[in-house]
Amino acid sequence: MPGSPWCEEIAVQLTVNGESLEVDADLAMPLLWVLRDELGLTGTKFGCGIAQCGACTVHVDGRPVRSCVTPVGTVSGEVMTIEGIGSAEALHAVQEAWIEQQVAQCGYCQSGQIMTAVSLLGDNPQPSDDDIDRAMSGNLCRCGTYPRIRAAVKAAAVRLSEV
Amino acid sequence: MGRLGTITRRGFLVVSAAVAGGAVFGYLKYRQSPDNPLLQNLGDDAAALTPYVRVDSSGITVIVPRAEMGQGVRTTLAALVAEELDVSMDAIRVEHGPASNAYYNSAILAEGVPFAPTDNGLVATQARHFMDVPAKFLGLQLTGGSSSVPDAWEKHRHAGAAARAVLIEAAARVWSVPASSLSTQDGAVVATNGQRLDYTTLAAACADIDVPDVPELKARDEWRLLGKSLPREDMLPKCTGTAQFSIDVQLDNMLYATVRTNPGLGGYMKGFDAAKASGMAGVEHIVPVRGGIAVVARNTWYALQAAKTITFDWYPAPYPDSTEEMFAQVEASFTSDAQDSRMRDDGDVSKALASASAVIEAEYRVPHLAHAAMEPLNATALYHAQGDEAGRIEVWVGTQFPTQVVKEVALIAGVDESNVTVNTTLMGGGFGRRAEMDYVKQAAETAVAIPGMPIKLTWSREEDTTHDAYRPLAIARLRGSVKDSTIDAMDLQLASPSVMESQMGRLGMNVPGPDATIVQGAWEQPYVIDHYRVTGYRAPASLPVSSWRSVGASQNGFFHESAIDELAFATGVDPLEFRLQLINHEPSRTVLEAVRDASGWGEPLPDGHARGVAFVLSFGVPCAQVIEVRADAAGITLVHAWAAVDVGIALDPRNIEAQVIGGLNFGLAAAMYGEITVADGRVEQTNFHDYPSLRFNQAPPVHVSILEHGEHIRGIGEPGTPPAAPALGNAIFAATGQRIRELPFRKQVTFV
Repeated sequence: MPGSPWCEEIAVQLTVNGESLEVDADLAMPLLWVLRDELGLTGTKFGCGIAQCGACTVHVDGRPVRSCVTPVGTVSGEVMTIEGIGSAEALHAVQEAWIEQQVAQCGYCQSGQIMTAVSLLGDNPQPSDDDIDRAMSGNLCRCGTYPRIRAAVKAAAVRLSEV
Repeated sequence: MGRLGTITRRGFLVVSAAVAGGAVFGYLKYRQSPDNPLLQNLGDDAAALTPYVRVDSSGITVIVPRAEMGQGVRTTLAALVAEELDVSMDAIRVEHGPASNAYYNSAILAEGVPFAPTDNGLVATQARHFMDVPAKFLGLQLTGGSSSVPDAWEKHRHAGAAARAVLIEAAARVWSVPASSLSTQDGAVVATNGQRLDYTTLAAACADIDVPDVPELKARDEWRLLGKSLPREDMLPKCTGTAQFSIDVQLDNMLYATVRTNPGLGGYMKGFDAAKASGMAGVEHIVPVRGGIAVVARNTWYALQAAKTITFDWYPAPYPDSTEEMFAQVEASFTSDAQDSRMRDDGDVSKALASASAVIEAEYRVPHLAHAAMEPLNATALYHAQGDEAGRIEVWVGTQFPTQVVKEVALIAGVDESNVTVNTTLMGGGFGRRAEMDYVKQAAETAVAIPGMPIKLTWSREEDTTHDAYRPLAIARLRGSVKDSTIDAMDLQLASPSVMESQMGRLGMNVPGPDATIVQGAWEQPYVIDHYRVTGYRAPASLPVSSWRSVGASQNGFFHESAIDELAFATGVDPLEFRLQLINHEPSRTVLEAVRDASGWGEPLPDGHARGVAFVLSFGVPCAQVIEVRADAAGITLVHAWAAVDVGIALDPRNIEAQVIGGLNFGLAAAMYGEITVADGRVEQTNFHDYPSLRFNQAPPVHVSILEHGEHIRGIGEPGTPPAAPALGNAIFAATGQRIRELPFRKQVTFV
């Protein structure tokens, strides 16, 4: 609604998964909803809307952020989503490890789990159990796949060290 | 399997119909088969071989008509077909298929019969078979009760075997050789001379070939797929962000909606003021729905933002204002008038307790719990008011109960059920919540108000947490006595509101008789105790309650196994040995022995460490768990967990392990943290900050032993949950001497 005091859509420049895009959006709109509803990138999930569960985790300039509380107007770096880190034809080592360990049950949280793990291993290629705890504890999984997530993070570390 | 089972199997499959270019095969188990949904939309080159397999020139599709909510059902049920059809898992597509009575679940009601799962006598067996009749006629295409595998165990294998037999016959006619000379291999019929015909090329030739009455099934030692850990069919899409959950549905011209409804659950709306919301950017429509308002906007965020600004005038909730009052109602239900069942009454409990030298008394209680699946509830609907499809409504939804969705949506749209199409998607967790209809009905109501536009309606996490149908609160009272180092008398009284009354009431069904879920997980435990009584009391309906992973066993496992532990302590006998002395059911003994041996039970532990054990038989599966904790100044740390289950026949060990680990963690999350409270008629918790769950750093390593007694195949989605709370409580007692009788434990201890 033009002139509405509640919202003003403007053209926002974004780089998502290596592609430069322009989206009409309210600057306050969380990145999550721009990705999901405006760009159709539904691999990033809505879980809580208040940065409590990690299902919406994406990377901005390589750092994991909770896209559900990140206003799109504050995003200046390159956005990477689960769709950008790998695909069926060219899996990321972390995705390969996830598949090898058969981690997912319902799978809804796993995009966020994988994005957090990719970031952890980028910073710390040989994480200890404590390091893994610190990195992964912000991502909830109600199916209780945590033991296999831990195994997959370790398996991914091995894969990445062999590259 | 007794004689009755043999009779049931005979005539299991018949030819249903031949259609242009192919044939359709269906089940005919009673006088009339439910409509075969695959008869519709069948191309000229397609032959539907039973409602579970479709073979056409494009490939082989297996229909798995059960909700995939994480339990791996698409993989395991497809493997049952693929095993007998003789195709590789890579060569098949898996589809949920349409909502249809043909996909009724005959195993789900078997849990409700008044016979313990360990009772294999004739009467009990007959009763379980008779449950097949109402399940079919109610047309329950329902996923739950750990019933998918027991239900599919014969149906799916027979479907695969029948399809294979027909394909062989089709090839025999092509080659003019006897069918008995042919075999199959990896999706093709093979002749003795090595010639091959792919199933896909034979599909259209299957049209007028009769299905053999009782196709012979493979012996277990011939299995290539079953009994082995298979890669999950849905793993790759779930690891690449390409899996289509309900919330990921995208349609042309779609609008996005959310709702706010009365926080007094079930209460109506007096009025609302949406003046501000309707003027907000992105907002397209404000639509009344039952008990509240849907905001329809250009994307979900606009809808969520606008919904927050609406002010409401609500009618009060039709139940007490507070959790305290609800607990008071449960407390007041331990009366003969409110007695709902007494399914176990061995010996003479009253007399034994009256003559006991000491009576051990304890009271336990558990709170309401939310399902809190990771994917907030959502559904998408499109209603056509004009054009070729006028009067049709299509729904895309993650549901455990598609045939009920058809009924409810047809009522809302005012159309015949044949005008409703349900597309059942993957779901981001269910745990029982997605057997409810509220969110689907809201999507349908909104779509009917805005014809021609697909509407995706998504709840906020706050709406999801505050508008659940919860696991009921419950109170248990124990009176027991010990003699000669064992239990002489155990009287367990269990009171809670009825899940069946609440859940079935919302479906417009009245379930007469006692509600077995009030005592589930307690009355049918395989303990042999001289004087042993389990009585259920039905508290008045209050907050809406529903099935929550493992249903009644979720609370009664905690009550029963805490009680057993207290009585064990009173004798001074080791609690695991104590249980073994009381249990004579062999598979149950075996799982206890398995966790004892795997955990090295009884061996010295580091300072501050201690272990607890619990055993619960639920959904026919005996499950024993040992949990080791460390107690120190920082609080309680979960160090290790061991679990053993006996599923009868283990189809996919790695997936069974996953379900046991997941079930245990689900039970731990609730035991440690889960609590829903009501004040001023409203649920107080709103999101994961005040309804917390188990976190990664707290989850212990879990070692799972899978045992197979070889008969009575069971499902494993739920049995891992009930022992977790008592095993943890018993470990905390062993570590600290503190017996915690009320959940969640965090109210009395701190978890690291």
